[in-house]
Parts: sequence; C-alpha cells; structure tokens
Amino acid sequence: MTMMNGAEIVIRCLQEEKVDHVFGYPGGAVLNIYDELFKQDKVKHVLTRHEQGAVHAADGFARASGRVGVAIVTSGPGATNAVTGIATAHMDSIPLVVISGQVATSNIGQDAFQECDTVGITRHCVKHNFLIKNVRDIATTLKKAFYIARTGRPGPVVVDIPKDVTADRHSFEYPAELQLRSYTPVTKGHSGQIRKAVNLLMKAKRPVICAGGGVVLSNASGKLADLACRLNFPVTNTLMGLGSFPGTDPRFLGMLGMHGTLEANMASQHCDVLLTIGARFDDRVIGNIESFAGAQRKIIHVDIDPSSISKRVRVDVPVVGNVADVLEEMNRLIDAESEKPDIGEWWKTIEEWRGRRSLKYKTGKEIMPQFVIEKLWELTRGEAIIASDVGQHQMWAAQYYKFDAPRRWLNSGGLGTMGVGLPYAVGASFAGLGKPIVCITGDGSIQMCIQELATAKQHALPIKIVLLNNHFLGMVRQWQELFYESRYSQTHMDFQPDFVRLAEAYGHVGIRVEHPQDVEPALRKAFEEHKNDLVLLDIHTCPGANVFPMVAAGKGLSDLILSDSL
Amino acid sequence: MRHIISLLLENEAGALSRVAGLFSARGYNIETLTVAPTEDVSLSRLTIVTKGGDDVIEQITKQLNKLIDVVKVVDLSEAAHIERELMLIKVRATGKDRDEMKRMADIFRGRIIDVTDSTYVIELTGTCSKLDSFIQAIDRGLILETVRTGVSGIGRGDRILKL
Ligand SMILES: Cc1ncc(C[n+]2csc(CCOP(=O)(O)OP(=O)(O)O)c2C)c(N)n1
Ligand SMILES: [Mg+2]
Repeated sequence: MTMMNGAEIVIRCLQEEKVDHVFGYPGGAVLNIYDELFKQDKVKHVLTRHEQGAVHAADGFARASGRVGVAIVTSGPGATNAVTGIATAHMDSIPLVVISGQVATSNIGQDAFQECDTVGITRHCVKHNFLIKNVRDIATTLKKAFYIARTGRPGPVVVDIPKDVTADRHSFEYPAELQLRSYTPVTKGHSGQIRKAVNLLMKAKRPVICAGGGVVLSNASGKLADLACRLNFPVTNTLMGLGSFPGTDPRFLGMLGMHGTLEANMASQHCDVLLTIGARFDDRVIGNIESFAGAQRKIIHVDIDPSSISKRVRVDVPVVGNVADVLEEMNRLIDAESEKPDIGEWWKTIEEWRGRRSLKYKTGKEIMPQFVIEKLWELTRGEAIIASDVGQHQMWAAQYYKFDAPRRWLNSGGLGTMGVGLPYAVGASFAGLGKPIVCITGDGSIQMCIQELATAKQHALPIKIVLLNNHFLGMVRQWQELFYESRYSQTHMDFQPDFVRLAEAYGHVGIRVEHPQDVEPALRKAFEEHKNDLVLLDIHTCPGANVFPMVAAGKGLSDLILSDSL
Repeated sequence: MRHIISLLLENEAGALSRVAGLFSARGYNIETLTVAPTEDVSLSRLTIVTKGGDDVIEQITKQLNKLIDVVKVVDLSEAAHIERELMLIKVRATGKDRDEMKRMADIFRGRIIDVTDSTYVIELTGTCSKLDSFIQAIDRGLILETVRTGVSGIGRGDRILKL
C-alpha cells in the first residue's frame, strides 16, 4: 500500500466525505495540512480573515446546505479564536467538523509556543472532541467525527491533530463501517407513544403545532406541512424553526416567544393540545416557566434528544425519535382516521387575535426598520437566503421576512452571537443554492466580523448587506429604555465609521440611505444594477424604534407589551 | 434524595473529565466518585453518589447517556444494590486510648494494618454511613488523617451492568 503523511490522509478523508469547501486560516501547527491542500484541487479552501469567521462560515455553509461544515485552524490562538464559532454551532445543533492543529506530541504539556489545551477548552461546547495521537488513527477518527457531527442531534466535533502526527507516514484506508458501541442515535419513535400523540391530536379542540429548528435539521418540513394541512391545524415557529413551515401559509401564526406575534403566543398559551416538534422550550420561547407550565393543556413533545424531554417543562406525551420519521408515522396514522377534528371555533378565536395585527408599526419621516425588511421581502419575493446578526434587526427580520422554505434563515438563536451575519453569508455563498444571499445586520454586529468583507471580495461574492443603522446597540438600548428608565449606559455608538467608504475600501459598493422613499430604489439598485457586486446598504433607521410585541423577562407568554400604535 | 449512579465508560484519555465536567457545568452535585478499569480493559466503571430530586436525577442520567464516551448508565439506587466504601484512618494510639481504639476497630470490624508506638492505621469497609458512624464513635481529637475511596456499588442478584 502507498504510504503518505498524516496531512495527506486528512485531505483524503475530507475527499471521502465529499467535502468540497473548507474554511480556515493557516499557522505553524497546520503547515503540513496546508501544504497538502495546496497540492490538490478537490477540496477548496476559503481563507477567511479571522478564525471566528472561518468557523461561522463553515456553520453558515452547514445551515444553508444541510451538509457538514468544515473549518481548519491552527493551534493556540487559532483554536481559541474558533471557540465562539464552535459554541454558536453547538447551541443550535449544527453539524461541523473543526480540525485544529496542535503542537507536536512531545511538546504537549510543556507550555510550548502556541500550545493550548484545545480538547479541554472546547469540551463544553462540542458534541464530542478528539485528540489524535497516532497517524494510524487519523482516518478512523475523522470518519467518527463526521458521523457523530451529522447523526442524532447534530453538533460540532473538534479534531485536534498534533503537528508530528500530520508529518508521520502511514497507509490510507477510509473505513467503510464504524463501530461505536457507546453512540447509537435513535431514529424511529416509539409506536405506542406516537399512537397516543395522534389520539390526542384527533380529540383536540384547540390545537397548536410549534415547530423548531429540529424540523429544519431533519429536513422534515414537507412532512410537517402534510400534517398541518391534513388537520388544518395552526402552526407557529420558534426563532430557529422559521422556514420549516411556509411563512405565507394562512395556517402560520408567526413566531412565538419573547418577540412572538399576539396570535402565536396567545394560541400557545390557550390551546388544549400543544404539539412541539424539534424544539426545546427555551426561556426566550416560553417566557415564565410557571406560567407556561401552568396552562391547562396537554403537551406532545417530539425530539431526537431524550435529554431535551422534560428538561424544562414536564410533557404529557414524549416521543423520542428523528422528527422526520415520527412525522411520517403520525401522518400515516392520521390518514387512517375517518374523521378529522373540527376546530372551526378555535380558528375564529385565533382570527380575532390575528385581527389585532400585532406587527403593525408607526411610520413617519424616519426610515422604519420593519419597512426595510418588508421591502426586502417583496423585492426578493421571499426567495433570499437571509443571514442575520443579533439584535433588534434580527427580530425584525424574523418577524417581517416571511420564510417559505427551510434553510433560508441563518441566525444564531441559542448563543445569540453578534458577528455571525457576514461570515454566515460568506459560508452560505459556497453552498451552491443559486439564490440571492442577504446579510441583515446592525451597526454593532457588523463590526464584530467586518474583516470578512475581504473574504467576500477575494471570492467575488455578491452578498447584499442590509445594515439597519440605528446608531445604537439597539436591543440593549431597548431594555434600558423599558426596564432601566432610559439610562443608555454604553449603548450609544458615538463614533461610527463611514460604512459606505469602508465597503469601498474593501472594493465593494456602498450606498447610504436616509429617507423612507429611498429605501426601495436603493434595494433595487443593489439587487439589479449591482447584481454581481457585494453591496453594503447603510440604512439609517429610526434610532428609537423598538421590537414589539414583547414578553418582558419573567412574564408569561400572554402578557405581551404591544407597540404603542395599537 | 441520595442516588448511586453507575456507569460504564470508554477507557479513553479525557473520558473522566467529560463526566466530571458535565456535573460542574450543569450544577449537579457529586458526593463521591470512584473510577477504575473493569475486567475488560477497554471499559472503566464509575460510581457516582449524587443528590437531587427525581427531575434532576432524570436529567443527570440523560445527560450522561448523551456523552459519546459513556456506554451505559444505571441508577443503582432504583433497586436492590450493595454499596461499599473503604476508609483508611490514622489515629493517635497512646496510653489508655490505645486499647480503646483497638476495641472500637473490632466493634466496627475494622483491621489495624499499621502500628507504631503512637499511631494505628485502621482499615474499615462498609457503607458510607458505617464509616461516618465510626468517625463519630471515636474521639475526634485522636484522628490524624482519613482517606476514603468513595462509594463503589453493584446491583444485587440478576441486576448486571455489562455490555
Ligand atoms: C458577542 C456579543 N456581545 C454582546 C451581545 C449582547 N447584545 C445583544 S444584542 C446587542 C446589540 C446589537 O446591536 P446592533 O448590532 O447594532 O443591532 P440592533 O439591536 O441595534 O439592531 C448586544 C450588545 C451579544 N449578543 N453578542
Ligand atoms: Mg444598532
């Protein structure tokens, strides 16, 4: 058998996994790997300008494509820079393999140059991690890493490889099968539990389906739509679930939770059967836990992760299983039922709530951020991939951009990491989706990974950056206004760069927008005239605009603060 | 409620810290933790004594199961089981205390395994509470050192934790 060095084995493994793009940043400990990358062209490398950007880009690629994202970083600072990206992916169960270089095995523990305990540091924010100590283990370990990352509840896996291991030589054989006695993710749900769940659904008078990110991750949107349409049940989404059910379907109630619509929150609180699928009852979703759990209703919870079940809220019918498999089984059982539940009264109640139009907002001389998102949706016909940052703009994007298909909404829901937007857009650009890619961001967030403008230029990525510039760390300012008597401690961006010239400095197009009537023309210009350019739209929005509805911390879901225009 | 959780773990570098780290990260309490390889050297067996309500214990077992290196988990205290802990205790043994200490060791079925002019090392095996009782029964001032292994547990009869 031909012998090769460990670095080449790494690349061959990536090829076996059909990885076409990796995102990374070189350094001493990964020199061997970069040398082998150089010698081949199947695995293309995207050089980001920061390791955080590399991991976020791999994460954005994974979210948009449904495939495992891959990042490569060097030891020490490369690995520590990657941590935010890894933790972000972990909180949202995104499949990643992050390969980090490590100092030579003989130097481990010696406080060597650029040494850090990567496996130790990342232990709490990965699904699993490995330190490879011998060249003969590379192939099996990488095979395990990809398998663990994408199966069960997906997540990031870190593979730490010392420099000498990538230099040592060995033959290459990619294992066809894996034996992992300690890891056997479930697929099919318990049929008795599914039967019970369906029985409950068939008797429901006031049902609600709440679909989360798990539906997106298991590619089960079609099956969810089948179920909801068969029964004509209302559907709400968590922030992570947006797109798992068509946002323009009349059965869709909008997002629920802290910034959910009135109808979604009221329905979730006042229903008699709540079917939660691939969601985990996050505090931002259910509000006050006693108030949520105290409502008189039965809860069915479908999730692939047993530890998600009854972690925060006791449920009546737990179903552990892959969401797609469970939904399919449910649909089969529902088909066999002769009579579908009549929920006409419930729909009337919901329409009353919906009639209050909780997303209405005041308009005036200033540009309202909500208006920008509405225009963006119109112009892109809801077809764009939206990579969002974190803050008010993220919530407005979630509320006003109606996602009709999954994997079009990329955002950091669990960790809430400012800075993900631009690198997510970069990563998604390599997923080959043939759709416009838009980054919705804020004046705070965009500056956290602004360096990726260079990556976008190098690869001529025609990303459209919609910067909702309110001169504030708006989301924090909103809390200060509402709960800290408007003491705006450190949330005003006194100084801002000229974002237009900043975009131009990187070789892109920048457009400043200051009046409501200029929003649509500017968007048109960006999407039509500058179709093939990266355009940064620096849109100066009403600084005082707030995100409503809002459930204040500690309040129940039906205890909503509505916009004062209502 | 006190629970004794037993688990089989891949005998790999770092596996133990995943378990210990899980307890600290999620704020679960560990009273004792013991670990050693089994007859199958690729597996370690851990016994963890922890406290918590039913919900917490349920989460602990689920979270442990989620760790990739954890092969099997049981809550021993759910059914008939045996627990043992070993204690080595060094005591001052001079004058009248010398006889008294010997007598106490006998009552508790301990063994004196090291003797000097002024000290004994007593070896004692039993449940946690038996070891606690011994410490309470002797004169505190005479205790020079104690070292306990933490609890090891095993199910009774047909309850077997194996692959
Ligand atoms: C890395 C990071 N640091 C701090 C925060 C806390 N935080 C949440 S939203 C926000 C303000 C975001 O400001 P901007 O990007 O301008 O968005 P806006 O809310 O103004 O739309 C901050 C500071 C965070 N989520 N992430
Ligand atoms: Mg802002």
